[in-house]
Amino acid sequence: MIASGKAFIPQTEKHAPPVAVTSQLVNGAVFGLAFGFLLQKGGVGKYPVLMGQLLLQDWTVAKVMLSAIVVGMVGIFTLHRFAQLNLRIKPTRIGANIIGGLIFGAGFALVGYCPGTAAAALGQGNWDALFGIAGLIAGSWSFAELSGWTKRTVETWGDLGKVQLPSLLHVPRGLFVTGFAVILTLILELLHRFAPR
Amino acid sequence: MIPPDTQGPAWSPYLVGASIGVLSWLTFYVSDKPIGASSFYAQVAGLLGKLLAQRHTASLTYFKDNPPRVGWEFVFVVSIVLGAAIAAFTGGEFTNEWLPPMWAARFGDSIALRAAVAFGGGLLMAFGARLAGGCTSGHGISGTLQLSVGSWIAVICFFLGGVAVAVPLFTL
Repeated sequence: MIASGKAFIPQTEKHAPPVAVTSQLVNGAVFGLAFGFLLQKGGVGKYPVLMGQLLLQDWTVAKVMLSAIVVGMVGIFTLHRFAQLNLRIKPTRIGANIIGGLIFGAGFALVGYCPGTAAAALGQGNWDALFGIAGLIAGSWSFAELSGWTKRTVETWGDLGKVQLPSLLHVPRGLFVTGFAVILTLILELLHRFAPR
Repeated sequence: MIPPDTQGPAWSPYLVGASIGVLSWLTFYVSDKPIGASSFYAQVAGLLGKLLAQRHTASLTYFKDNPPRVGWEFVFVVSIVLGAAIAAFTGGEFTNEWLPPMWAARFGDSIALRAAVAFGGGLLMAFGARLAGGCTSGHGISGTLQLSVGSWIAVICFFLGGVAVAVPLFTL
């Protein structure tokens, strides 16, 4: 299963010189500006919108994320098919993904902002995001202190490498992307119908 | 539970989501980078660590694998603050508040309580993000749209963990 997964990773790679450091910083600034603008307009810098999602009363976050995934997925795989970009896939480590994910979620519910939306919340004048940001820096440090141990233990549990859903399920990639886009769009349609917010 | 005066999104969430999807094409195509946020906080922690305890910081496994530096991810997150400020000012949505009204309605108007809970939550959230390998942006958008198995597992766990804490917090 893992071996077959490897065949799916970089079918095509973009061959381009690395982008210069200064233009990378300018690019990062422009893209960050756009992302922050969109997060605020999407309402996902707002405490009641984010907590509303975790209380299953406001589905704005799911609508934003699923729309981003459908549009992003179709474009990224199309561009990748024509060797216009490289994929940047994080390794699947089932133990770390589950345990880290649950800890993340618990913290998310206490702050009411996630790492990206905390920056957006600060930008729109929610000063309490500063406490969350201070905690994020402290938590990153705490993890670094324990990172030698987690790398030897938790991060080895169920380490599958860079595996993607199509190879895991043995479905051709193009077919999977098309079918999955349809399924996610249907979920969005249901959310639109049954969740006014 | 949601106060009646609470505003939702200024724009359609589908439009905003689709635009973030297009933005992800651009970050991959132009910068060879996925959208992500949490690594910024680790870089800030590492840069502070280098100032305060350089040898100890350099000895930590995470910082050996990910040397702290001001790069694309760093300016990306700093710029989120500015982008959101522009959106809020132009949309007349700048809040200028220390406590979200929804929080105050449930837990009172102590800023110290909010600070302690938000700090503790942020600490857990960053620890979880580093262990899981990303956050709601890096896994939740960039990883899921690349169909990474681990990203789908992580984002499901983000929301499972979030619901499991938020529901008792606001309903019990």
